[in-house]
Amino acid sequence: MKSTKDIAELLDEPSCEHNKKEKSGCAKPKPGASAGGCAFDGAQIALLPIADVAHIVHGPIACAGSSWDNRGTRSSGASLYRIGMTTDLTEQDIVMGRAEKRLFHAIKQAVETYQPPAVFIYNTCVPALIGDDIGAVCRSAEERWGVPVVPIDSAGFYGTKNLGNRIAGDAMFKYVIGTRDPDPLPLSVQRSEIKIHDVNLVGEYNIAGEFWHVLPLFDELGLRILCTLSGDARFREVQTMHKAEVNMMVCSKAMLNVARKLNEKYGTPWFEGSFYGITDTSQALRDFAKAINDPDLTERTERLIEREETRIRAELAPWKERLKGKRVLLFTGGVKSWSVISALQDLGMVVVATGTKKSTEEDKARIRELMGEDTLMIEDGSPRELIRIVHDYKADILIAGGRNMYTALKAKIPFLDINQEREFGYEGYQGMLELVRQLALTMESPVWQSVRAPAPWKKAKVAA
Amino acid sequence: MTEILKRNKALSVSPLKASQPIGGSLATLGFNRAMPMLHGSQGCTAFAKVFFVRHFREPIPLQSTAMDQSSSVLGADENVVVGIKTIAEKSRPALITILTTGLAETQGADVHRNVCEFRAAHPEFDDVAVVAVNTPDFTGSVETGYAATLTEIIRTLVPDAKEAGTLPGWRKRQVNVLVSYMLTPGDLEALRDIFEQFQLRPVFVPDLSDSLDGCLTEDDFSPVTIGGTPLSEMATLGHAKATVVIGASLQKAADLLEEKTGVPTYRFDHLYGLHANDALISALAEISGLDVPERIERQRAQLQDAMLDTHFMLGQLRIAIAADADLLHALVDQVQEMGAEVVAAVTSCNTPQLASIPVASIKIGDLEDMELIAKANNAQLVIGNSHAVDSAERLDTPILRAGFPLYDIIGGYQKTWIGYKGARQTLFDLANLVINHAHEEIPVYRSVYAQKPANEASAPSCH
Repeated sequence: MKSTKDIAELLDEPSCEHNKKEKSGCAKPKPGASAGGCAFDGAQIALLPIADVAHIVHGPIACAGSSWDNRGTRSSGASLYRIGMTTDLTEQDIVMGRAEKRLFHAIKQAVETYQPPAVFIYNTCVPALIGDDIGAVCRSAEERWGVPVVPIDSAGFYGTKNLGNRIAGDAMFKYVIGTRDPDPLPLSVQRSEIKIHDVNLVGEYNIAGEFWHVLPLFDELGLRILCTLSGDARFREVQTMHKAEVNMMVCSKAMLNVARKLNEKYGTPWFEGSFYGITDTSQALRDFAKAINDPDLTERTERLIEREETRIRAELAPWKERLKGKRVLLFTGGVKSWSVISALQDLGMVVVATGTKKSTEEDKARIRELMGEDTLMIEDGSPRELIRIVHDYKADILIAGGRNMYTALKAKIPFLDINQEREFGYEGYQGMLELVRQLALTMESPVWQSVRAPAPWKKAKVAA
Repeated sequence: MTEILKRNKALSVSPLKASQPIGGSLATLGFNRAMPMLHGSQGCTAFAKVFFVRHFREPIPLQSTAMDQSSSVLGADENVVVGIKTIAEKSRPALITILTTGLAETQGADVHRNVCEFRAAHPEFDDVAVVAVNTPDFTGSVETGYAATLTEIIRTLVPDAKEAGTLPGWRKRQVNVLVSYMLTPGDLEALRDIFEQFQLRPVFVPDLSDSLDGCLTEDDFSPVTIGGTPLSEMATLGHAKATVVIGASLQKAADLLEEKTGVPTYRFDHLYGLHANDALISALAEISGLDVPERIERQRAQLQDAMLDTHFMLGQLRIAIAADADLLHALVDQVQEMGAEVVAAVTSCNTPQLASIPVASIKIGDLEDMELIAKANNAQLVIGNSHAVDSAERLDTPILRAGFPLYDIIGGYQKTWIGYKGARQTLFDLANLVINHAHEEIPVYRSVYAQKPANEASAPSCH
């Protein structure tokens, strides 16, 4: 089990400008009035997209049983990550102290059945409480079976999802990154006229395959992505992350510790950005060029941005007319809040309020920068409160995570799902087209009229 | 005698099992103005909530005692008391259930004592029923968690006949119906209809058809369940003419209810297929003293006709089933009634009622086990939840979705399986799945002497 000191260290992020306040993980959630996931949830979300790894959840059934194969993240090949694996601990295991032994054999079974390049072990509440030494089990299993076995000590009670993201990042840095050098660039993809640069993305999850809207642009610019942590990633890619020339923190700072530590140990510069919206996508590409400081790349990047922006703006024009001025309540739980705001502003929509419960101080600063100091930041994300704000601020649509979808629909409010489970990809220039299509689809739907109006016989009664 | 093959792997792969707290929550959600609270870390509740939301496509009331690092180590009694108080204050529900998780049980929580402490400290909330249940996820499954919770709710909320002076049969038309987790809201609606045709008034305990049936209400939002069995009904159960129990998993709950009320009990393992429904209809005729209504006779005849029509497709069909015990029993009976063979029966945990399921062996395991046994026995069709879709794909067989969770289709929660009508639809669904699929075709043979056009020599057969 992690000590209080370990957790305090994870919560302390020196690279964060707003690291002074009382740490979010220390704020005690209120029994009977709490929402949101746990550290295990956060760790699993952060790493599960690594597609060829055997992800074993060490604990009784509830942790994996309710959550496996529950993510919209996509892989271009390997699919082992979609197979749920758990030690499914029984009462006997727990009372008799057999959990470690079961874990050891579980690793063997996973290695023998699926021959994965690595096995990740997620620790959960019960084994943490009974004191299973998963680090030791992983070490001896690795020695015995000759496959890297990585402990991710992420018991739910350690804290929030955000903390879980950091625990996951920390484990990657500690055990995986730097264990292999990147493959030499194959001759077939070298281009005489340009220099290929190696980069990483941290915090990009390839939800619904949305990063594939952006990836071709990287290829065109000659940017080789050593690894996206963790969308469509493979174990062998994560191993090489230390050799990148620059790291981009995508969307938020949940795994900021990875970028900071890569910077401290290997001197890799990093910047933060997002691929949601035209402005941010262009900015992200510019920031790569700037950090790499290759004048040729800078020039080609500018040309590409101009071409893509012109193209997409023309395609978006008719949609923009339809969406302009529409009012949005954005409640993303924090992680993606500022990045989505920029995308919506690109469309001429008005974001009236945004959720910040799980945002870091840094995220909040970014939001103020984008929306002004008076932005309504929602800390209380209870369904009743959200519905009240939608009505008070005359919002036309609620954009939130899937958990809130049915709250919105029951209140007859148009809704767009923005979380990991969603089925549509919104990243990059191309993703904007999908975003506008989905926004218009719900806001302009004829069903709102039908569900809001009373039954005809009831109307007649009122008139009479 | 059914052979029970126990779990023999260290690792569970593609789990079939859903946890006890999930089952306990589901039972609670079938009561009106109710709120389940899981005693564990926040993730326990978050995962359970997502599980239900994906299945029912409804907002789900579910709370957490939010155990953190210090309360996990030092004790979380206060979390339970504060949690109940917070919910009681905020939404004044009729019922709060406290369902323990593996974390709380490992720590050594005593939720029953916590409820007593709450009662002593907060008499102002005496109108809020609070029921604590031990539902750790390191034992049992969704089915046992549901049954245990229902049992505890009955223990707390149904008064003993002696004390309350309830009289079996005093309400001549009332029949209590204890329903297992396997009945969908659609099933309950159909079942209500059947009872009403016998001029009986069924009181479902619990009643998911009134709370999670996908109904748009006037109100924007409710923090607790809307619909479900009203708690006031629990006091009337002792006046009923009879109690009908559906699902062997509810045996304890049924025993307890009978012991408390003295109302005679009619037990059914399930209501799938012709014979099971014949048993129910005979019982209802007996309880009501009425002849079987013509409409039901007609539906029975329709089912018989469907059995004839579909036995060509379903006879000797090799079927693999992965489901919790009650549902497994139901499906096995219905497909065997059609002459199909159950070549793989997999369930999530060991329960006494498995022994009465008429198959050679049942494997306690996961969907990987189902897949392996199905493959070894050349199964032609899979019946299982949405997780089993990938297994069926790898087996290259069609799948009939049944059980929990169903997240890749719309309206799975509303499908009606029971009654003659539901049974008939199931037969159609099964037959449609295999009508072009499982039929083993004779491979094309081309004679070396044949005078067919030259370009047909290697062309693949098409039909």
